[in-house]
Amino acid sequence: MSAIHDKIGQFPRELEDESIYIMREVAAQFDRPALLFSGGKDSITLVRLAQKAFFPGKIPFPLVHIDTGHNFPETIEFRDWLAKETGAELIVRYVQDSIDQGKAKEESGKYASRNVLQTVTLLDTIEEFKFDACIGGARRDEEKARAKERIFSVRDDFGQWDAKRQRPELFDMLNGRISVGENVRVFPISNWTELDVWNYIKEEKMEIPSIYFAHQRQVIQRDGMLWADSEHLNKEADEIPFETTVRFRTVGDMTCTAAVSSTAVDIDVIIEEILSAEISERGARIDDKRSEAAMEKRKQQGYF
Amino acid sequence: MDILRIATAGSVDDGKSTLIGRLLYETNSITKDKIEALESASKRKGLNFLDLSLLTDGLIAEREQGITIDVAHIYFSTPTRKYIIADTPGHIEYTRNMVTGASNAKVSLILVDARQGIVEQTARHLSIASLLRIPKVIICVNKMDLVQYQESKFNEIQDKLSELVRKTTFKGQTVSYLPISSLFGQNITKQADEMPWFTGNTLLQELETFEFAETLAQAPARFPVQFVVRPMTEAYHDYRGYAGKISSGTFKVGDEIRVLPTGQTSTIATIEKFENSLDQAIAGESIVMTLSNDIDISRGNSIVLASETNVPSLKDFSAHVCWLDHQALSAGKTYLLQHGIHTTKAKITQITERLDVTQQTSTTEVGQLNLNEIGKISLRTAQAISADIYAENPSNGSFILIDEFSNSTVGVGFVD
Repeated sequence: MSAIHDKIGQFPRELEDESIYIMREVAAQFDRPALLFSGGKDSITLVRLAQKAFFPGKIPFPLVHIDTGHNFPETIEFRDWLAKETGAELIVRYVQDSIDQGKAKEESGKYASRNVLQTVTLLDTIEEFKFDACIGGARRDEEKARAKERIFSVRDDFGQWDAKRQRPELFDMLNGRISVGENVRVFPISNWTELDVWNYIKEEKMEIPSIYFAHQRQVIQRDGMLWADSEHLNKEADEIPFETTVRFRTVGDMTCTAAVSSTAVDIDVIIEEILSAEISERGARIDDKRSEAAMEKRKQQGYF
Repeated sequence: MDILRIATAGSVDDGKSTLIGRLLYETNSITKDKIEALESASKRKGLNFLDLSLLTDGLIAEREQGITIDVAHIYFSTPTRKYIIADTPGHIEYTRNMVTGASNAKVSLILVDARQGIVEQTARHLSIASLLRIPKVIICVNKMDLVQYQESKFNEIQDKLSELVRKTTFKGQTVSYLPISSLFGQNITKQADEMPWFTGNTLLQELETFEFAETLAQAPARFPVQFVVRPMTEAYHDYRGYAGKISSGTFKVGDEIRVLPTGQTSTIATIEKFENSLDQAIAGESIVMTLSNDIDISRGNSIVLASETNVPSLKDFSAHVCWLDHQALSAGKTYLLQHGIHTTKAKITQITERLDVTQQTSTTEVGQLNLNEIGKISLRTAQAISADIYAENPSNGSFILIDEFSNSTVGVGFVD
């Protein structure tokens, strides 16, 4: 067996204990928390952790989905199934509504996506429901700006993040005290890596949306990546869709998530692919490629 | 698979970011696209080698200043272990970040520049590692390439370091010294072919073989109640479970327990983790406990073994603190004290000492403690806290101080 194979199925249980502890702190310290649910594997993991944290009680906060309108249909289907399965309350708000109200402006050109626009809808939703804590599935290993994020990350009235004004977090003590108007973004799986998430999904035998597994799909080739063809993608004349076998390694909008060529139909093969992969997870996120500091800039503006 | 948490510390220019980059690079933790980005960024800087420090020097402000300004978390794993590095700045203004990053660490990695030897920061880092009771310190004498890999140079520095370590160390702490070159990958994961005179472990071997024996599981049993689970559904009509993370020791089904501060006693009926029932659970595990009889327990109460009769309950006590805020700590002021998950008001009655951690000396009659200063204080809390002496049971002996008006975490304390 190679060193690579030794890492399969090795999930450090300590991570789950830590995340459940954080979930319980959220429920105890805040009046109106919410779990931001995207339909991706990280937020599915969050739902699982929340389920475990309060069992045999129900998850004591709603799942909130900011629907860009550009989601994969498989994700939406899965979201509805999961809400039913866990008995959690589901709140959906639409980026389209923000556009219709003139609060957000649709991007143009072939790289148009609604990824940036969802911040507007998210901040409005936080205000509408007076959420004081929003749980998100960000991990510190994803990206450089995320590596410095706290577990309880205080945002001001405008949802902004200030790297220099972060509260120190010592030991496992979480200080969630905030002033009126402020809210906290909470990241219970901060210390998990992509591999940890997959090993956990495997050990827990969790359901995940079908698009994570290999399937036939119409795609186009652009900038060395495979883009899912859809009505939302602005194609140029020479970008001719073709069918091939792909899967998604990370699931965001159809317009900002690239597919990878893969025949992985079960989770063991997926984990092997990650271990030998030549590209990092966010390397398939077109939104991050805009500039070297893209994520940090979006976070300063209120992106979670 | 276990997790080893490491805190790195070092002065601005002693090559900490390069060391971490090197560890990641040589354990195959960097993907091809990141290496390519690194290659092009290195070229833009006019370098003809990979600048591995760029892997961790993340934020915009840092790229402008060329120094690390906050705690960054970095992850890698080997088939043996998962590693979490808290990369903390060594710059003097950011001591608070160093304490923050080190608070969860089992290993403190300290860098010394082979050309400069011990500097003020070295002493500061050693003191903080000891204040935080970090059981293992690895001192890397870096940039050996710039002193022609001379054994005599390393020995000279090691002798001086040992002298300093004698003043700071405590019983149970192990300290090792390694000559390395981060830039050329000498003694990081591979034996140093440039330093055949050194026969000790590589840095990675030191990390892979460090056993932090489960001292936590043997420590006194402490279970702070975080959340009361009351489903009130038909199936669980009278169910009342106490959820929390065991901070130290071991609890078994059937154990007689006592609740603090109320003093009520009961017996553990079940220990649950989701749908699984366990016979016992140890420090670090998030569980739900049910008791054999109905007693009144709420968040912030602590469950201990009834057999332990002298569990501390503190209202007037002294502690060491490290001050983390621009607004100084002054005697007579009231703060919120958070011990684990329990928060109560606390008045600072006296600041008795200020420590000079670089000289290992202290001054008395202190009016206030400023940002980045460490001192000894006396305080009085509104409600008693069931904290242990930090040196004896670190996982139940620390607290944070919160400013009531700004809500900021302004200090961290260690019960004496």
